[in-house]
Amino acid sequence: MTAKMHSPADAAGIAPMVVARGVEKSFGAVKVLHGIDLDVMPGKVVCLIGPSGSGKTTFLRCINMLEKIDRGLLAVNGEHIGYRVGKDGRLCALNEREISRQRREIGMVFQRFNLFQHMTALENIIEGPVGVLKESKADAREHAMDLLRRVGLAHKADSFPSELSGGQQQRVAIARALAMRPKLILFDEPTSALDPELVGEVLDVMRKLAHSGMTMVIVTHEIAFARDIADIVVFMDGGWVIESGPPAEVLGNPRHERTRKFLQSVRGENDCSGG
Amino acid sequence: MTRRLDAVEIIAAMPRLDGSESVVPVRHIGRWVSAIVAALLAGGYLYLLATSKNMRWDVTYTYLFHPAVMSGLWLTIQLTVASMALAIATGGVLGSMRLSQNPVLQCLSGATVWFLRGTPLLVQLLFWYFLASLFPVISLPVPFGPTLFAVDTNSLINQFGAAVLGLGLNEGAYMAEIYRAGILSVDKGQTEAAQSVGMSRARLMRRIIIPQAMRFIIPPTGNATISMLKTTSVVLIIGLPDLLTSVQLIYARNFQQIPLLAVACFWYLACTTALTVLQIRLERHYARGSKDAKGVGLAGLFGPFLKSRLASKENGL
Repeated sequence: MTAKMHSPADAAGIAPMVVARGVEKSFGAVKVLHGIDLDVMPGKVVCLIGPSGSGKTTFLRCINMLEKIDRGLLAVNGEHIGYRVGKDGRLCALNEREISRQRREIGMVFQRFNLFQHMTALENIIEGPVGVLKESKADAREHAMDLLRRVGLAHKADSFPSELSGGQQQRVAIARALAMRPKLILFDEPTSALDPELVGEVLDVMRKLAHSGMTMVIVTHEIAFARDIADIVVFMDGGWVIESGPPAEVLGNPRHERTRKFLQSVRGENDCSGG
Repeated sequence: MTRRLDAVEIIAAMPRLDGSESVVPVRHIGRWVSAIVAALLAGGYLYLLATSKNMRWDVTYTYLFHPAVMSGLWLTIQLTVASMALAIATGGVLGSMRLSQNPVLQCLSGATVWFLRGTPLLVQLLFWYFLASLFPVISLPVPFGPTLFAVDTNSLINQFGAAVLGLGLNEGAYMAEIYRAGILSVDKGQTEAAQSVGMSRARLMRRIIIPQAMRFIIPPTGNATISMLKTTSVVLIIGLPDLLTSVQLIYARNFQQIPLLAVACFWYLACTTALTVLQIRLERHYARGSKDAKGVGLAGLFGPFLKSRLASKENGL
């Protein structure tokens, strides 16, 4: 029932960054993912849209092991996330250290920013590179200042998160993720907790990032933004992928009734708020 | 007149707030009366205390730096420091066992806390004091091999040792709960953010969780330390001459109970004040990045008093 997959073969031998096949996940008795299939090619931007409770955030959190999947295959950069293949072909669960190593290559930006509250913006950014990647403090600091300039916050390097607006905090969080030089960045509703007038500044940073060729998976409610920057839009509902494809198809000419209804309801909201 | 004023008339008729002192403030008559009554009572009490012939401030003053009092004070300080050090260590071990994912460790920690909090401190103190009757010799044997060392229990655990074990382990059970609550109070998003940059569990605790949990851990730990300072006086039961005991020994001879208790109070208050200052400094250190970082200060000592004065200024007292 899922739309035709954009399989590795399509991209002339380029290996996909993320491969998901039949990913299932339950919380207790509630099944939140019913077998998700998805490929994310390097340098591409994939937007996951859908009503709340559709499982898109859960799926995103599975990609960096913040949630464990129950069944299926989920590989990032050619490696099983959370497992390795043993000699007899069985899957062996990775220990915490190995999982940490996998997570280093996957950046994550959270809905509620989750900046380290007791550290300045600059300290937030260099914490990973210095503590985990063992970069020298001077190098990490230089890279961090460069990133802060890119997100337009060089003047806030020494501010604490409590002294920054939501939009500024989220831009620091993006810089923190970038400082690890990840191969892939996951965005979990990055603008949902922001005041409407602060959404634009965060989307601008993300747009620049997309143009620079970063591989991104974005859970978002910003349909116009998805249309603008996504290479692939995935519409999820009730734990299923209903349809996926280029934004012009999925957003412009949806084939499924449920997609159409969702887009209508979202547009309605946007019209009400004057957006 | 039933006709409503229009805007122009309202503007013309009504004076504006001009930011000067010209507004007549609300009169808080009840507040004034209660303040005067309370001040009179407190003043009268202090006057009686200061002028009473039976109070014998001269006796208080004579014994304030008496060698017996000094050595009692020194013992109280030693007991407090050693017991709190043991309590903090015990609490750390019990607290991390409780938070670990190992069910055996969780259970053991829970049972230990249950026992230490559930039995009287005095009983625990006596238990350690009489440990020799249970285990006359403490030894460390190698299984199926020779004994590495063996000591007579009474020589290992003297009065001071028993006091520190009793006080420290008992307080450690409460500290474990303080740590647990402090660590759980840090937002889960902090853990997820740290994991997403690939931090190891140890580093996550050391760099992210504990520094933020300290804000919640220090105030109750300060309370516990001040409480410990005063609780040390129960070591009287196993015959250690702490501050209170040495004062009691003196008034048993000269019958000047109140003046000598005043000596003890003076020194307890001096120590408590020093501890409060220390606590405020620590709180300020760990308030880094929080909104109230600048609100923490020496004012904390008499905070309620100063705060109420500020509030009444705003209300125009």
